[in-house]
Amino acid sequence: MRGLAQSYREALARLRVQALLDPDSFSEWVDPAQRVTSPHLAALEAPVSFDDGVIVGQGLLYAHPVILIAQEGQFNGGAVGEVHGAKIRGALLRAVRDKPSAVLLCIDSGGVRLHEANAGLIAISEIMRALFAVQEAGIPVIALIGGTCGAFGGMGIVARLCDVIIISEEGRIGLSGPEVIETVKGVEEFDSRDRALVWRITGGKIRRTLGEATLLVDDDIAAFSAAAGEEVGARPRFFKKRRLTPAISLQTLQAAQQQLSARAELDAEIRDGQVLWSRMGLGDQVSLMSPEQFNRRLEALES
Amino acid sequence: METLHLDLPAIQDASLNPRAALYGVVSSGNLEVLVERGHDATRCVFEVQTAAHGFVEVWKAVLTDFAARHPVGGLSFAIHDAGATPAVVSLRLDQAFQSLRGA
Amino acid sequence: MRPGKQTLLNRLFPEGHAITQEGLVLRGWGGTKQGRVHVIGTTDHAAIDTRIALALSDAVLKAIAADGSDPRPIVFIADTQGQALSRREELLGLHGYFAHLARCVNLARQQGHRLVTLIDGEAVSGGFLAFGLLADCIVALPGAEVRVMDLRAMARITRIPFERLTELAQTSPVFAPGAENYWRMGGIQALWTETEDWSEQLLALLQGNPEDERARLGAERGGRMLADLVAQQVFHAH
Repeated sequence: MRGLAQSYREALARLRVQALLDPDSFSEWVDPAQRVTSPHLAALEAPVSFDDGVIVGQGLLYAHPVILIAQEGQFNGGAVGEVHGAKIRGALLRAVRDKPSAVLLCIDSGGVRLHEANAGLIAISEIMRALFAVQEAGIPVIALIGGTCGAFGGMGIVARLCDVIIISEEGRIGLSGPEVIETVKGVEEFDSRDRALVWRITGGKIRRTLGEATLLVDDDIAAFSAAAGEEVGARPRFFKKRRLTPAISLQTLQAAQQQLSARAELDAEIRDGQVLWSRMGLGDQVSLMSPEQFNRRLEALES
Repeated sequence: METLHLDLPAIQDASLNPRAALYGVVSSGNLEVLVERGHDATRCVFEVQTAAHGFVEVWKAVLTDFAARHPVGGLSFAIHDAGATPAVVSLRLDQAFQSLRGA
Repeated sequence: MRPGKQTLLNRLFPEGHAITQEGLVLRGWGGTKQGRVHVIGTTDHAAIDTRIALALSDAVLKAIAADGSDPRPIVFIADTQGQALSRREELLGLHGYFAHLARCVNLARQQGHRLVTLIDGEAVSGGFLAFGLLADCIVALPGAEVRVMDLRAMARITRIPFERLTELAQTSPVFAPGAENYWRMGGIQALWTETEDWSEQLLALLQGNPEDERARLGAERGGRMLADLVAQQVFHAH
């Protein structure tokens, strides 16, 4: 038992790590006491953090060894700087060597940290390459997305490179945040203060609908943990989940190319998730469906 | 950034066996506290880095009060502050100490 | 095609080339002394949307399929102002299109294609991440602008005075726009000058190590001292 429901969204990354894994099984690499902080934030007189906003280490998930990476969304929006990115890359490279059952990537990030933007951009590219190396070594990378910052910018791309995405309804994935689009294109293009609209564009349910996420779960750390446990084979599967992209080959990527092309051809009216759901016959029920009902309904539609 | 170093007399709770641990988060109006074992059982050491300027006296008062209220001898507290109010500072330190006891 | 791009292609491929522009996407082949290479890229500061991303991934997949067991180099020409900003594109999952493109680029590397990016014009943020920045070797041409965000916008968002950012940018390569900054950080391998023979220089880049050496390079050049060090610390931690 892992206790009562505990909101994944509200929890700090350290609490998520503890509650996701088997009790006392986590050991951290380059822990806060080593004070590996960002010299670039310090140079700009911005507050630093002892872990630079990301926790990396190893632990057990239902007795299966995993490497876990968890971003702290509340520190600078979980954004990636030089040290932050290097910790993630180091953990991924280590996965190639240590061959854990899986890598859990708890993304909670707006993307590149502007205070060290160049280092952050290169770091995300390095993370992408390291992530490919992990997958080439046959180790699945499981993204967990349910924090306040979601997965945006370069980390939105990284999220979609993962083998599996477990997301809560409150979780969001995208490239440009609604505020950025509103600032550049105007409020009539995207009203970032309309929270319901924001979730219909980038939230967990629309991502699951489009096949951009594997499974929708409750905003409960134990639910994320159980779903990840199913992915490492430690628990029986509740839903017939499939990998977002099967093992990379010319054939699978050609198939993905066709799928994505078909989606891009959808008519111009598709500017709101609600329109898509109505056409699928889901009408107004979507917002009322629990994650479990929603997964079942989509599974039925997909089969 | 302003930094503050404070070394205060304090009583030790010998039953505590602290592992280094981090509490809280550096976000606007909040702070993180890294608790570690110190060098002297009769002293408590604080290292503060704060984004708010001109509050050294307030910090001294809050930390002195905290060190008087808890048996924190032999511990050190390193703090990164992003403009937390004195009440939040007190609360976070109390929470960190309680977690230490519970662990 | 814009005259500047035509001139660039003529300088790169004096042996001849056949590169067409469709929308803002360039694709075709260029001749070198070592034979033909694939050329895939964008022009006119393209804002990368789903269609452009799909055209690029399609070109990469076709290059892989066409070469089979005899993989030729792919030369990417990056000229992008970043990702398209649009509610519809976000809904469709533009990040997923970029991820797909990245996967295609990585498959090309796996299959043995040498990947070289030439930045001509500008390379910004997400649009750059999706393909150009994933190459084995990245070159900035004269006048190329590489950035995440300009300093004024950065000052507004970080609430750090513009003057302070400008001053710090004199000594730190870490946040300010500029190809030289990316060179110092190891993100760009070479900066070409106007007077050099680009076709010869390109030839020299068509072989090499496909490993990601950027963090080490950044430390060697003194622009990024922690990226490699901290990754190694994590790698070797007990």
